[in-house]
Amino acid sequence: MSRIYFQHTPGLVVYVTCGDPNIAATRQIVLGAIEAGADVIELGVPFSDPVADGLVIQRASERALKNGTSLEDVLHLARDIRKQSSAGLVIFSYLNPIMRFGVERFAGEAADAGVDAALVTDLTVEEADDYRRIMKAHKLDTIFLAAPTSTDKRLKKIAEASSGFVYAVSRTGVTGMQKQLPTDAKDLVRRIRKYTKLPVAVGFGISNAAQFAEVSAFADAVVVGSAIVQAVEQNPGREPEAVTALIRSLKG
Amino acid sequence: MSSAAKKIQPIAGRFGAYGGRYIPETLMAALEELEREYAKARRDKKFRDEFAHLLKNYAGRPTPLFFARRLTEKLGGAKIYLKREDLLHTGAHKINNCLGQALLARRMGKHRIIAETGAGQHGVATATVCALFGFECVIYMGTEDMRRQELNVFRMKLLGAEVRGVDSGSKTLKDAINEAMRDWVTNVRTTHYLLGSVLGAHPYPTMVRDFHSVIGREARAQILKAEGKLPSTIIACVGGGSNAIGIFHQFLGDKRVKLIGVEAGGRGHELGEHAARSWGGSPGVLQGAYSYVLQDSHGQIALTHSISAGLDYPMLGPEHAALFDSKRAEYVAASDQEALDALTTLSRLEGIIPALESAHAVAECIKRAPKMKKSDVVIVNISGRGDKDIGILRENLSL
Repeated sequence: MSRIYFQHTPGLVVYVTCGDPNIAATRQIVLGAIEAGADVIELGVPFSDPVADGLVIQRASERALKNGTSLEDVLHLARDIRKQSSAGLVIFSYLNPIMRFGVERFAGEAADAGVDAALVTDLTVEEADDYRRIMKAHKLDTIFLAAPTSTDKRLKKIAEASSGFVYAVSRTGVTGMQKQLPTDAKDLVRRIRKYTKLPVAVGFGISNAAQFAEVSAFADAVVVGSAIVQAVEQNPGREPEAVTALIRSLKG
Repeated sequence: MSSAAKKIQPIAGRFGAYGGRYIPETLMAALEELEREYAKARRDKKFRDEFAHLLKNYAGRPTPLFFARRLTEKLGGAKIYLKREDLLHTGAHKINNCLGQALLARRMGKHRIIAETGAGQHGVATATVCALFGFECVIYMGTEDMRRQELNVFRMKLLGAEVRGVDSGSKTLKDAINEAMRDWVTNVRTTHYLLGSVLGAHPYPTMVRDFHSVIGREARAQILKAEGKLPSTIIACVGGGSNAIGIFHQFLGDKRVKLIGVEAGGRGHELGEHAARSWGGSPGVLQGAYSYVLQDSHGQIALTHSISAGLDYPMLGPEHAALFDSKRAEYVAASDQEALDALTTLSRLEGIIPALESAHAVAECIKRAPKMKKSDVVIVNISGRGDKDIGILRENLSL
C-alpha cells in the first residue's frame, strides 16, 4: 500500500530546492504550497554536479550549497513539515549524497522523519536492487523516472520497480521551463500505463496554466519544479507568497 | 569502501565494485545502443581494419619508443625509455580514442558529435576527427581552461568546431562534462557523446580503454625488441586515466612489471588544492560511474586544482580504482612545481617538451630511477606534447 496519495484531480507535485534561499524559507514555501493545493512535495537535495538540471535549478543548488545545506538538513526539514501536514513528502536527490550518508541510515531516518518516498535522479532500475530492498524494508516508496527514449522493455522494468507513482519525463532534456510542450509526453504516459496501474505524474517544463491543463488531460498528476524555483529566485523576501500565487495561477 | 556503497549491487561493466551506469533514464537507451554497437563493431573485421588503417595512416602509429640516453645518464639508475604518444597527429594520445568513436558514431548514423575537454587535447582530437568524417562538432570547455589553453581553443575553431565555454563550478573539466551531459540528454537522438577518458557510464571506460590499448601493445613489442625483456616499471600520468590504462593494459598479466599512475599533487595536501584521488578520495558516484572521488563529508564533489588542466578532475577512472584496491597498480602524486621542473629537465636533456600532464609522469621517473638498478628498465608514457602549454609555462618559468 503506497503512502503517496493524490487528493486533487489532477494531482499537483511541487519541487523545491531545499536551502534556497535558506531552510527556514523553504519550510514556509512548502507549507504555503500545500495550503495552495500541492498533494506531494519533492524536497530537492542540492548537489554540486546536477547533470540532469537546467540553469534555474543549478543556480538554486549553488545557493543552497553555499548555505551549507545537507541531506541531514533536508531530513530535519521533512520531520518539521510532517508535524504540520499530511501531504506526500518525497526526497529528491542525486545518488552521491545518499550514498555518502549511507543508504540504510538514509532510509531509517527518512522513515522516522515521516518521509513517504524517494526519487534518485541518477539511479537507474538496473543499479537499484539493494536500494529498493532497503527502502521497502522501511516502508518507503521508490519513484523512478521514465523517459521518452525509454524502450518498452525498460518501461516495464521501471513500472515494476516503482511504487507511489511513476514520474514521466515530458521530453528529452534537462529540467527547465519551455514555451511549448512536445508531443512525447502523452505517448509516453500511454506506454507506461500498459505496464502499471500506479498513478503517472508528468514533469519537466510545465510552467503555466495552459500547459497544466494540457497535461492534466492525460496524466494523473503534474510536477512543477523550475517554475517554482524561479519564483523563489525572483522574489527575495516574499518567496512563499510568490510560490502560492504561482500555484493558484497554474490551477486556474 | 563504506557499508552503504557495498549495498549497491553491481551490473555488467564493472571493474571489481567500480564502474556501472549511474545516469538519468533519458540516456539509458543511448548507452544500451552504444554498448550493442560497440560489441558488434569489435567483432567486425572491416571496422577493425579501418581503425587500424586510420591509426597508421592518419594518426601516425606506431609511435617510437625512444631510449632517453642523457636523462638515464643524469639520473644514474634505471634505463629510461619514452613512449612517444606526443608525436601523434594532434599532439597527444587522445586521437586513438577519437578515431575509434568516430567510426562508431558513423555506424550508428549519428552526425552530431559533442565532447568535453580539459587541456584541450581531447577537444582538438575530436574537432579533428569531426573534420575528417564531416560531422558537426560542439566542444564544452571550462572558461578557466579556455584561458589557460588558449592555443587549443583557437585550433578547435580552426578545425570547424564550436567551442562553448562553461562558467559553472570550478570552470574546469568536471563542469565541462556536466554541460556535455546536459547537451546529450537533450539531443540524445541525433548526437554521439565522444567522451575523452576512461570515465562515465558503461561502456565508456571499457571502450575508451580498448581504443587506447594499442599504446601498450606497441610498447611491449618495442621494449622486447630493444632490451629482450619486459620493463621493470611503467609510469603514466592519471587524470581520468586513459593514457595510463592504454599503456598498462597489455602488462596487467605480467606481475613483475610495476605500474605507476601519477596524479596531480597540485599545490598542497588540503582538499581543493590538488587532484590526487589516492590522497583521501573515497568511493562515490559522479557523472555516470562509481569510483574514487574527491568529496566532502556530505557527498558534495570537491573542487580540485592542478597546473595541468588535463589532470584537474576529481574522479579516478573506475578500472584504475580496481587496480588501486588490488594494488596491481600504485598511485602517487607529483606537485605543480615538480611537474614544471620535470618538463624543463626533459626539454633540456632530450629536446622533448612534454605536456604538463605527461610531465607529472616524468617527475615520478626522476624521483624513482636513481634508486633503481642499472639493469632495470623504465618506460614513461609521454602522452602529449607541451606546445599547448607555452602560455602557462611563460607565466611560471623565468628563462
